[in-house]
Amino acid sequence: MKKIMVVCGNGLGSSFIMELNVKKALKEMEHTAEVDHTDLTSAKSEQADIFIGAGDIIGQLDDGKRTLVSLENMMSIPEIKSKLEPHFQ
Amino acid sequence: MLELIMTDILGTPSILVGLFALIGLLLQKKSSADVVSGTLKTVMGFIIIGAGAAVLIGALDIFGKMFDHAFNVQGVIPNNEAIVATAQGSYGTSTAMIMVFGMIFNIILARITPFKYIFLTGHHTLFMACLLAVTLSIGGLSGIPLIAVGSVLLGACMVLFPALLQPFVRQITGSDDFAIGHFGSVGYFISATVGKWVGNKEKTTEQIKVPKSLGFLRDTSVAVSLTMTVFFVIVALFAGQEYIETNLSGGSNFIVFSFIQAITFAAGVYIILAGVRMLIAEIVPAFQGIADKLVPNTKPALDCPTIFPFAPNAVIIGFLFSFLAGLLAMFVLPSLSLSVIVPGLVPHFFTGAAAGVFGNITGGRRGAMAGAFANGLLISFIPAILLVLMGDIGFEGTTFGDSDFGVIGIVILSFMKFLGLS
Repeated sequence: MKKIMVVCGNGLGSSFIMELNVKKALKEMEHTAEVDHTDLTSAKSEQADIFIGAGDIIGQLDDGKRTLVSLENMMSIPEIKSKLEPHFQ
Repeated sequence: MLELIMTDILGTPSILVGLFALIGLLLQKKSSADVVSGTLKTVMGFIIIGAGAAVLIGALDIFGKMFDHAFNVQGVIPNNEAIVATAQGSYGTSTAMIMVFGMIFNIILARITPFKYIFLTGHHTLFMACLLAVTLSIGGLSGIPLIAVGSVLLGACMVLFPALLQPFVRQITGSDDFAIGHFGSVGYFISATVGKWVGNKEKTTEQIKVPKSLGFLRDTSVAVSLTMTVFFVIVALFAGQEYIETNLSGGSNFIVFSFIQAITFAAGVYIILAGVRMLIAEIVPAFQGIADKLVPNTKPALDCPTIFPFAPNAVIIGFLFSFLAGLLAMFVLPSLSLSVIVPGLVPHFFTGAAAGVFGNITGGRRGAMAGAFANGLLISFIPAILLVLMGDIGFEGTTFGDSDFGVIGIVILSFMKFLGLS
């Protein structure tokens, strides 16, 4: 099963809400994955198949190896769906 | 038996909150594995918060001693995590009860009033519950009246603050899908109002090119480490090598010692955040699940960074001007015989950035600058005034950061004083 890590600056509020949205999006797309949320510092030492978050945050995780998904509107489920779908092909 | 239930079980905040999580998970008909792990993690979350507090308080204590010696005034670091963790000992049970019943009142108020907001920023609910527990206790309430008054006030805050901001949030997001549920609301409202007076919303911040290099400050651990290192080292230089090496560091070099203390403070905040994260992860979905069933057509009220992507330049400008106001206030406060509020990068970054976005939507560039500056002054003066009213209740060295905590605290304590209760 794929592991998706949702990231924000504090790892408390917005990443958590995004996690709930990612779970909703996955359910609508009928995919299953393990979803969790954390702060930027912890994310740098975490393993996951996909890291997802707001553009300026997620860019800081780029090490050339990680799979990153950058969101413009973190509240938009259609955006989350369209950006996650290619990773489930 | 009664004593076991009342004192040992319900009187231990970690177990109390664990029980609420257990009930929430059972109500959602989760699998037994989820129920066991969710309940255990909630209890563990509370215990981790206490452990983080122990780490942080040591460093805070040393900072206080150095600051006193250097400037002969008290320096206070506003940090919600720190004060809530410190308050766990004496106010943990009332905080936990007010948090849970406050969330229930939020659902009731969303059901029966036109304010259809469900406040989902769980850590802020926890902090506000703690502020209410502390201030109402100082005001002379205890037991059931304390919990009842605290819960009603918390529930009211959870719908009224998002409602106050919603006209602006609609303009920022161009939709009415969600609200901002973050207890820096008074600062954002003032920022939007100041923006309207001074600016022109046509000249938006988003036409300016701003370097992206300040983005690393959104990383809380980095921001806290950086601020504390800068402040610790500056204060250490003023306090002097001799004082520190004889009285505090046990002989090790004063700069190295200060650097380690600064990072210890940041490590304490990191541990506390891990605890809060564990706790919130179980309680918020249960709360939202129940609210969805009982109150249809509500809007979720969310943490402030959800509006950052709508105006990324205003975020950076807002942070800079809020922090600038914090630095200026640091020099003004002692002349008014108030405690010095050490400006923290975290409150100035998160609330300053959001204030910038609100100021920009009503007043463009000038609005973002002036509005965020007003927010910076607010989160420096309000905690200082709150400290005077809270008096000596053992939280020296830290206090609540964001504006609403201070405003609500000051209103409650003044009202209680007016009634002659405290």
